[in-house]
Amino acid sequence: MDQRFIRNFCIIAHIDHGKSTLADRLLQHTGAISEREMVNQVLDQMDLERERGITIKMQAVRLEYQYPEDELVYQLNLIDTPGHVDFSYEVSRSLAACEGALLVVDAVQGIEAQTLANAYLAIENDLEIIPVINKIDLPGAQPDQVKEELEKALGLDMERTVLTSAKLGWGTPEVLAAIVKYVPPPRGNVREPLRALIFDSYYDSYRGAIPYIRVVDGEIQAGTIIKIMATGKSYEVDEVGIFAPARRTVPRLSAGEVGYLAASIREVKDIRVGDTITVVDKPAAGPLPGYRPVRPMVFCGLYPADGGDFDALRTALDKLQLNDASLVYEPETSKALGFGFRCGFLGLLHQEIVQERLEREYHLELISTAPNVAYRVTRTDGQVVMVDNPAQWPPPGQIAMVEEPVVKATIISPTAYIGNLMDLTAQKRGRFLQMDYLSPERVLLEYILPLGEIIFAFFDQLKSRSRGYASFDYEVAGYEEADMGRLDILLNGEMVDALSTIVHRDKAYQVGRQLVTRLREVIPRQLFEVVIQAAVGHKVIAREAVKPLRKNVLEKCYGGDVTRKKKLLEKQKEGKKRLKAVGNVEIPQEAFLAVLQPSGGQGR
Amino acid sequence: MDYDLGIYLHIPFCRRKCNYCDFLSFVPSPETVTAYLEALKQEMALAAAAWPRLTSFPLPSVTSVYLGGGTPSLLSGEQLQDVLDGLRRHFGVAPGAEITVEANPGTVDAAWLAAAEAAGANRLSLGVQAFNDRLLGSMGRLHTAREARDAVSLARECGFSNVGIDLIYGLPGQSLADWRETLAEAVGLVPEHISCYGLEIHPGMPWGVLAARGEISLPDEDLWEEMFGFTDSFLTGCGYRHYEIANYCRPGRESRHNLRYWQRRDYLGFGLGAASMVGCRRWRNHEKLPAYLAALETGKLPVADGEEMTVAEVLAEVFILGLRLLNGLDLERAAREFPEADWPRVRQTIARLEAVGLVERCGPVLRLSRRAWPVANEVFAEFLG
Ligand SMILES: Nc1nc2c(ncn2[C@@H]2O[C@H](COP(=O)(O)OP(=O)(O)O)[C@@H](O)[C@H]2O)c(=O)[nH]1
Ligand code: SF4
Repeated sequence: MDQRFIRNFCIIAHIDHGKSTLADRLLQHTGAISEREMVNQVLDQMDLERERGITIKMQAVRLEYQYPEDELVYQLNLIDTPGHVDFSYEVSRSLAACEGALLVVDAVQGIEAQTLANAYLAIENDLEIIPVINKIDLPGAQPDQVKEELEKALGLDMERTVLTSAKLGWGTPEVLAAIVKYVPPPRGNVREPLRALIFDSYYDSYRGAIPYIRVVDGEIQAGTIIKIMATGKSYEVDEVGIFAPARRTVPRLSAGEVGYLAASIREVKDIRVGDTITVVDKPAAGPLPGYRPVRPMVFCGLYPADGGDFDALRTALDKLQLNDASLVYEPETSKALGFGFRCGFLGLLHQEIVQERLEREYHLELISTAPNVAYRVTRTDGQVVMVDNPAQWPPPGQIAMVEEPVVKATIISPTAYIGNLMDLTAQKRGRFLQMDYLSPERVLLEYILPLGEIIFAFFDQLKSRSRGYASFDYEVAGYEEADMGRLDILLNGEMVDALSTIVHRDKAYQVGRQLVTRLREVIPRQLFEVVIQAAVGHKVIAREAVKPLRKNVLEKCYGGDVTRKKKLLEKQKEGKKRLKAVGNVEIPQEAFLAVLQPSGGQGR
Repeated sequence: MDYDLGIYLHIPFCRRKCNYCDFLSFVPSPETVTAYLEALKQEMALAAAAWPRLTSFPLPSVTSVYLGGGTPSLLSGEQLQDVLDGLRRHFGVAPGAEITVEANPGTVDAAWLAAAEAAGANRLSLGVQAFNDRLLGSMGRLHTAREARDAVSLARECGFSNVGIDLIYGLPGQSLADWRETLAEAVGLVPEHISCYGLEIHPGMPWGVLAARGEISLPDEDLWEEMFGFTDSFLTGCGYRHYEIANYCRPGRESRHNLRYWQRRDYLGFGLGAASMVGCRRWRNHEKLPAYLAALETGKLPVADGEEMTVAEVLAEVFILGLRLLNGLDLERAAREFPEADWPRVRQTIARLEAVGLVERCGPVLRLSRRAWPVANEVFAEFLG
């Protein structure tokens, strides 16, 4: 295809501003799908995604569009981007596969934190941005004010703005026309050696790992022997194709085009997002810029509730990893929970998704320990170690310095909640950077926040303190020194390894107090008093006790019906099997969840 | 020990359902009562005839009979006579056998008591529950404390020398003082036997529903335990023997029929949902009246389900039931009776429980320690496979 007739674009938006709905409209209008086929929101494939209304895996769809101005047919490639900060590296790579972006903003809500975060990424990647102000059918729509906000916060050219109602289909032709008009065609060179950017991948149980690619230079077809530049591994291409939106093979993909290839690649780990594909016999001089391996940011222990399921959990993780190269795990053992895995995730959402898939698709019942981040610990002997597991926290005497990962957080909120939000960020040990008025009613706050502080319920607290109006996004911003220590929980004097957490010393008392209180609520009475202590080092900082059990007897043995009594006893005994024994104390699984909800509030 | 048999007869009728009750009982029409009693007699005839198929022992003589309910005192004197005659027609009831009839205060008068006596009943078990009209009202009982007191004295007058009273503690809105008063009143009537049951809340029952909605407040575990402990010290102090977790008696006045359950001695149960045990076999009758009647109509025993237990299961029962008796059980005898059981494992269990002070040994006898009484299930569960 002549690159002059190709446009590669993506849609970026804050959650719920209408990205998926607009994508559906574009597909419909260009005839890629008929009204009848239109299961809502075609681009969000997995059930889980649909339920949560978020996109976690992106895809590319080719649209054939006849531009009314010149009556010629253009190839529009819509590259979907994941909407969540956990996947921001993937977002940046799919943006790198485009030349333009539709920036969708809800006409009632105005710009939100993710609007900005995504727009900044698009600007960094030199994309032409077309502002789309959506939901103008709603009575509260204020397109002019939204325009002003966009102009002010991002300095965008508002001339190009398209007003839409994705729901009602208003403005769809204008959006398509604007894409052809404002998004520049790709400027690769078909005669140069092949360079194709991997911007996503998925695993197909028949054909192996399938990369999604944007061909930058050269061309690729079945039979081409390709080389993955970061690994140096080579493969023979079996097939190249596109999604329209159904999968379709094509003879070749050439410079400027977007599609997939199949080459019997074993694992998605072999085709990392951001990597460059070239050909073996005439390789490109160097890879495309911007590749970096993704690092897990959040860690937790995952244990089968039933110890017998350890192998099943391993198999399930292996299978998930085929599809998800960013998931890392290694076996670990806990005195309390037995055999399990220490797992690393891109973020909390990623963790939740993995855990839910393990439970739903593999029918595993899991106990997870509290999530934590990876700390950079300098030991007194000068050695620097990364500690992502409280169990491996060095003894206090061997620690010279601890640094924790921090993020640069952007919060957008109505002015009325500034006080609440500043109070919240202070509690989270935030460092104020700046505040900007987007309009007289709305502000943008920037903070440096410890990542470890926002992986716990922060999002909920932010929402509750702003009545749901504040939005939040962040980007990783390096390491900063912090006074961290390990908080241990002891039951009748015995430490429960799986309940240890890393806390800032200023908060140790408060967190310890909350933990022992929650534990007292969830640990059932036992034959003996259970003393629950929170300790930092050897110092006990909080204590609670569960009184001994005083009632457990079945009464009437009526008319000699012993069978029924035995059934009840058996049920009790069955229930006990689900408890985990720590020394002579038996604790229910909720105890481990208690740590996840230190404030007694509800999770995400 | 002589080989003998106990018989339980279930009378599933009540005037109305109490708010806490999950026993098998309902409010019947007069025709239902007649049909049921006919079926009951039919069942006894069939069971006696079927005995040789059950075991090679000849049909033993019956040394305890228990008419429970429901409210057996809703039967007329003649009906009661008819049922017990029916029993005697097919089973040999030993002279001096204990024959207990349950009765609710407010349903018995002198004539009925005299008729019961004449029919052969020699032990009366009265469902008093509380000597407190406020609590009786809230439980949905149809009698007052006064009627309970009257029932006891009438029974005495009519010649009953063995009277038991059932009481319940741990009621919603019941204080320790309320319970103490009820116990004191009970003792004042000098019954031979007092059963004190802690209230159990069952999900489907009116109180279960209210409790789930948080509309009634039950005594907490600590108050419950205080009531339990108080009962023990008070009644023991008044000369009663605490012989089973929930049962007290004047010396020698244990309920012989109930002892049978705890000692795992054979019994047959007749009537709706009644349970039977012979040796290592347990079975249970249909709980739905139509199914029960239909089976008997076609000349079949109305058995719904049953189990044939392994030695290990039987031994588990020996412990679970036997330890309810506060005198404990004789380990040496159990070892003689079940030599093929996995004794090393049982001994391990016992040692573990002993180490945490839940059971104690006294020569060959194993019994619950005092602190284990209110939490006895913790011990029993350990003996389950
Ligand atoms: N009234 C109105 N609702 C819309 C419009 N576009 C999307 N929505 C609704 O907004 C919600 C979020 O839309 P969705 O496309 O899932 O947002 P996404 O999270 O950005 O993909 C859905 O309930 C849509 O039906 C619009 O133009 N007008
Ligand atoms: S009298 Fe007894 S059997 Fe009848 S309803 Fe009341 S508690 Fe239940």
